[in-house]
Amino acid sequence: MKHAVIYLEDGTIFRGTSLGAHGESGGEVVFNTALCGYQEVLTDPSYAGQIVTMTYPLIGNYGINEEDLESDKIHVKGFIVKEFCRTHSNYRATKSLIQYLDENRILAIEGVDTRALTRHLRIAGAMKGLISTEDVDPASLKAKLAKIPSMDGADWVKEVAPQKAYVWPVQGQKKYKVVVMDCGIKRNILREMAALGIECHVVPPTMSSAEILAMGADGIFLSSGPGDPAAVTYVIQTVRELIGKTPIFGICLGNQMIGHALGGTTYKLKFGHHGSNHPVKDLETGRISITSQNHGFCVDIKSLDPASVEAIHVNLNDQSVEGLRHKKFPLFSVQYHPEAAPGPNDAKYLFGKFTDMMDKFKNA
Amino acid sequence: MPKRTDIKKILLIGSGPIVIGQACEFDYSGTQACKALREEGYEVVLVNSNPATIMTDPETADKTYIEPLTAEFVEKIIVLEKPDAILPTLGGQTGLNLAVDLWEKGILQKYNVEMLGANYEVIKKAEDRKQFKMVCLSIGLDLPKSAFAYNLEEANKAVDEIGLPCIIRSSFTLGGTGGSIVTNRDEFEMKARLGIESSIISEILIEESIEGWKEYELEVMRDKKDNVVIVCSIENLDAMGVHTGDSITVAPAQTLTDREYQRMRDQSLALIRAIGVETGGSNIQFAVHPRTGRMVVIEMNPRVSRSSALASKATGFPIAKFAAKLAVGYTLDEIQNDITRETPASFEPTIDYCVVKIPRFTFEKFPEAKDILGIQMKSVGETMAIGRTFKEALQKGLRGLEIHHIGFDNKMDYRFVDDDKMMHRLREPNASRIFYMKYALQKGLSVEKVSELTRVDIWFIAQMQQLVVFEREMIKEFEQTKSLNAVTLRKAKEWGFSDAQLAEIMGMAEIAVRTMRKDMGIVATFKVVDTCAAEFEAYTPYFYSTYETEDEAILQNEKISREKKGPRRKIMILGGGPNRIGQGIEFDYCCCHAAFALKERGFETIMVNSNPETVSTDYDTSDRLYFEPLTFEDVMNIMDVEKPEGVIVQFGGQTPLNLARRLQQAGVPIIGTSVDSIDVAENRERFAALLNELKIAQPANATATTIDDAVVAASRVGYPVLVRPSYVLGGRAMRIVYDEETILMFIEEIADVSRGHPILIDKFIEDALEVDVDAISDGHDVYVAGVMEHIENAGIHSGDSACVLPPHTLSEEILVEIKESTRRIALALKVVGLLNIQFAVKGEKVFVLEVNPRASRTVPFVSKAIGIPLAKMAARIMAGETLSDFPNLPDINHLKQVAVKECVLPFSRFSGVDIILGPEMKSTGEVMGLAPTFGAAFAKSQVAANSGLPKKGSVFISVNENDKRHIAFMAKRLHDLGFKIYATKGTAKVLRSSGVTTVIADKTGEGEHNILTLLARNEINLIINTPSGKKSQSDMRSIRSASIRHAVPCITTLQGAWAAVHGIEASLKEGFTVMSLQEYYK
Repeated sequence: MKHAVIYLEDGTIFRGTSLGAHGESGGEVVFNTALCGYQEVLTDPSYAGQIVTMTYPLIGNYGINEEDLESDKIHVKGFIVKEFCRTHSNYRATKSLIQYLDENRILAIEGVDTRALTRHLRIAGAMKGLISTEDVDPASLKAKLAKIPSMDGADWVKEVAPQKAYVWPVQGQKKYKVVVMDCGIKRNILREMAALGIECHVVPPTMSSAEILAMGADGIFLSSGPGDPAAVTYVIQTVRELIGKTPIFGICLGNQMIGHALGGTTYKLKFGHHGSNHPVKDLETGRISITSQNHGFCVDIKSLDPASVEAIHVNLNDQSVEGLRHKKFPLFSVQYHPEAAPGPNDAKYLFGKFTDMMDKFKNA
Repeated sequence: MPKRTDIKKILLIGSGPIVIGQACEFDYSGTQACKALREEGYEVVLVNSNPATIMTDPETADKTYIEPLTAEFVEKIIVLEKPDAILPTLGGQTGLNLAVDLWEKGILQKYNVEMLGANYEVIKKAEDRKQFKMVCLSIGLDLPKSAFAYNLEEANKAVDEIGLPCIIRSSFTLGGTGGSIVTNRDEFEMKARLGIESSIISEILIEESIEGWKEYELEVMRDKKDNVVIVCSIENLDAMGVHTGDSITVAPAQTLTDREYQRMRDQSLALIRAIGVETGGSNIQFAVHPRTGRMVVIEMNPRVSRSSALASKATGFPIAKFAAKLAVGYTLDEIQNDITRETPASFEPTIDYCVVKIPRFTFEKFPEAKDILGIQMKSVGETMAIGRTFKEALQKGLRGLEIHHIGFDNKMDYRFVDDDKMMHRLREPNASRIFYMKYALQKGLSVEKVSELTRVDIWFIAQMQQLVVFEREMIKEFEQTKSLNAVTLRKAKEWGFSDAQLAEIMGMAEIAVRTMRKDMGIVATFKVVDTCAAEFEAYTPYFYSTYETEDEAILQNEKISREKKGPRRKIMILGGGPNRIGQGIEFDYCCCHAAFALKERGFETIMVNSNPETVSTDYDTSDRLYFEPLTFEDVMNIMDVEKPEGVIVQFGGQTPLNLARRLQQAGVPIIGTSVDSIDVAENRERFAALLNELKIAQPANATATTIDDAVVAASRVGYPVLVRPSYVLGGRAMRIVYDEETILMFIEEIADVSRGHPILIDKFIEDALEVDVDAISDGHDVYVAGVMEHIENAGIHSGDSACVLPPHTLSEEILVEIKESTRRIALALKVVGLLNIQFAVKGEKVFVLEVNPRASRTVPFVSKAIGIPLAKMAARIMAGETLSDFPNLPDINHLKQVAVKECVLPFSRFSGVDIILGPEMKSTGEVMGLAPTFGAAFAKSQVAANSGLPKKGSVFISVNENDKRHIAFMAKRLHDLGFKIYATKGTAKVLRSSGVTTVIADKTGEGEHNILTLLARNEINLIINTPSGKKSQSDMRSIRSASIRHAVPCITTLQGAWAAVHGIEASLKEGFTVMSLQEYYK
């Protein structure tokens, strides 16, 4: 047990104790309100560059299992909770969360008034923070924090994207071939698509539109991922070239990059949406889905041409745009996570909507 | 979609009297529904037989009927009111069953009344086991495997499929329906054969046993556009096999991964859709195999339930209120979340704390019943605690139970617990098992072993182990350093250790621990329950304490001070904690009224309570709600933050009263009647001196502190005597004793209850009439609001006795004397607020039995009977107003209505318990019969209490010597009304000599005309059986328990019999009419 401080950009300090790892780590501090699903959160590449605090105070209760990993490693820069569980219980668990964090050398802090931290972030907005087990001097912490890059304008995709293409095998009979531009994808997106008969050809986000089109896929999928969408100019350019030529579906960062590709802009939300309980209305059906969310940026609908693009999903909590559709071309995207993991499965139907779109395009 | 405009008037069914399994949570849900519907402009007609509810306040609904919850009475209301729709899903199982009955009788169809929320087919699909199973299978849900078999071959085939252990239930057997668990093949064949033989239709149901599986519950809401949300998940600490109501439960679920939780969520969504609950809340129970993860559906309630009340309090999401709005056509996204004011109700609450609910049992009241827990619910109340961790919440919950435990502590008496007993008590679920777990861990049993024995998930046991280990470390630290350092103390507080627990470790006074830790800066902080884990700003002031860095109660108070012009006047109301026999909804009713009244007068009201079932813990009831245990420490922590100008301890029953002295010593400004006056009333010697001075008679009495004293005192006072410990409520451990031998035994027995308080001994006046009085005083003037004449003689606890208001046999002189004595006592005690006095009237003499300078159990009854909200009045008077501020108070001599209160007893839950009433209170709830005459009011009260009097048939009479000369007249009237009279030999002789045609019933066990066989053949419709002397004969006892089994009303007092005769006469000659309170009060 070692004392740790969390120094925030505005000078606020929170205190806790480090589980095992020593050192310093900085990033944007965000809170996640999901009650369970810490394993998926830790391994979601979209959290790259961020320090995550869970609002639920008891974390680690069911340990870690091999099946619920969303990527092959932990991506968060630090993990802050009220209390880590010492003795987990679940029939699928293969190790404890503490062991897992330790193996990955993640700065994991407990004993923090995480509600106070959350309230602070809600009121003051998301900001950078530095966890340190070595330094308690505000002046030097401040200096170190200044060197951590801001989330604004940062391209984190290149940190998490794959170097090489690979195929995620289909489950059952193959019905579609889809090129997946992996900007930091979660495995459950691939699992969900595979279950629908989609063979996923996962490619690095740097692949050109010509190369992608040459693969002769039924559709293109733009994945979720970390960082500021505006900074991923190379993907945005590729998407711009693909629009109209083949069916496109995007999730989260994918949605934001589509927004940019369509000529729009994105803005940073005050403290983002990170949790498993956000109500989203599908404006085409009027149905409400309880959704899994994890994003700090949002597409500015006003920046898009209403003649060609329309919002098809809206977040009922803050009325922010949660999904886009092109009026002419086969393209739609959502800001939230229909693949859940963690979170509700209410929006799974969107994957079916994607295959419908591919069917329609093929038969047209 | 906006609300419906094609319906204007809605009938709401309440849940009736408080019984085990159905308590004040339905007052909470019904009250919310009434408010919500009226807010939307609907006219609400309410029917409920329970007067001690906020929902039956005349202000809550447009029309309020305090009438029995039967199809007969509700039809009368429907004829009168012509409602467009009925909302059956908010009145518990009673409401649902009544709606089903109304439908099956064709009444709803006849008067064109639409069922909102869930219609008849939906209710049937959810409640009928076969239909439910079919629905589940049709959507691919897993259930415990089961099969019917009609011969051994089929049974063997079925068990191959189902596996062992399994449960065998025999269909349609005579008497007894319980299944038996079999664990091996031989046993299976034997039990299967036996089961087939004993079944009239040779049918057995073989069911997979899921005992020991992990149990979960999800609260689901659906709107008419098919939007569905999960409000809360709950995990039971006790595994399958213990009724959820008797289990310690935790929210949210702790040991499910997201994937498993989502599977449960998906299935819940699929199920509520398949069952077809159109709008509103439901709860769905699941069981999960601890090692394979197999998940099965157990059951679903298509209505608001006890768990939904808990879920509402645990999350801040008002399920009942929203269910009502959904029922009239709104969708979830059209309803705003009151707490955030900016987000809609179509979301799923997320919480940043841990909630633990712990049931409160009352086995001590039924010494013949074992405290074993099973599939039938036995608890009478519950407490809920909120903490940042499970450890903290568990400890807060245990001290909030108010059973003399101060946390996960060492207060259990382990002297007679050997290893065998310990193992046994761990293995077999029982009321104190949680403390045996502590004991076992302390003794060094491993976490795994305790988990294996109890089948409580290892996660929970490991959490408990952390507390045990840390406590051991603290003891060691104290031994070594003679103190505990700040780091240790802070951790102790974060883990929920009470100051009292720490005081034991450090061998100092609790208050000294408090001072010590405050000096170290270790103070409680308060956090908000906000449905959203701080993601949005919360406007609803609902707090719990914990030990963290930021205190949101202070922040909120600062904000109010900044925004409010003028001075702030705050009053804090201490609630009654978990329900128990003797202290229940009546006191919560009073606390709510205090909050309503003081809010109206411009005070900021602060409610403190730990009972999740109540209206008082609705965050709408007061200005600020603190969901906290009612202990000295927890109340003082709130005092530190709120600093109210006054604290009310009069309304929450004995719970706050027991704290009053310590609070006052700590400088808490208690308003109303002074703590010293409370002491005068409770202290026998001071009280006797006072009555002497006032020249008011009381039965001869004495106080004793030792057994020897007690024996001497009893013989001086003269047997029979009434013996009890002081400072208890509900006649806990109170008994009428006829001789020295019994008194010795009894005092030994109650040593645990009296806890060092003196023992009170009173002369018991036999055959006296008992009278209850509720009055209000402002210190200068007194208003006698209600004089209630008990139906049963003195000696039966007032809570268990039926009573009538206005009194109907008391002479004018006696009434005047009672009122005058009340006035003088109130003034002498300088009562400010409520006062309750019990009198005994023997002939022309009036004795004072006891005085309680606080709200009594009868306050809501009297308020409803006379149409004056007494608790509101009392609260305002306590805050400084005088009686002269309340002109035109009615005189009980001039009421046009007669009100009868009848109690409801839980005997059917405790097998083997004799149903004889005595000075120890045993009832769980009450109903009110309201009518123009005594007979009709009494008859209504009996119907409402589920012991409706017969209109024809046979009456069995067996009375003791003393009662024989009185019974003849009653028997004659019954006979004249067309009843056939059966009697035991002795009684028959008396009846025949008075000219009543009587059939002699054989002795039990002899002949076919014995009462037990007559009962079994449904040939008896009413039993009048008064016990003989102090010993009840064993066959009399078997008659009484048979009456419960066959649901035949059994009257055990002569006065009760007399009232019953009046009631039968009234129902035959006058018939019943119904009238709303609003009409009565005109």
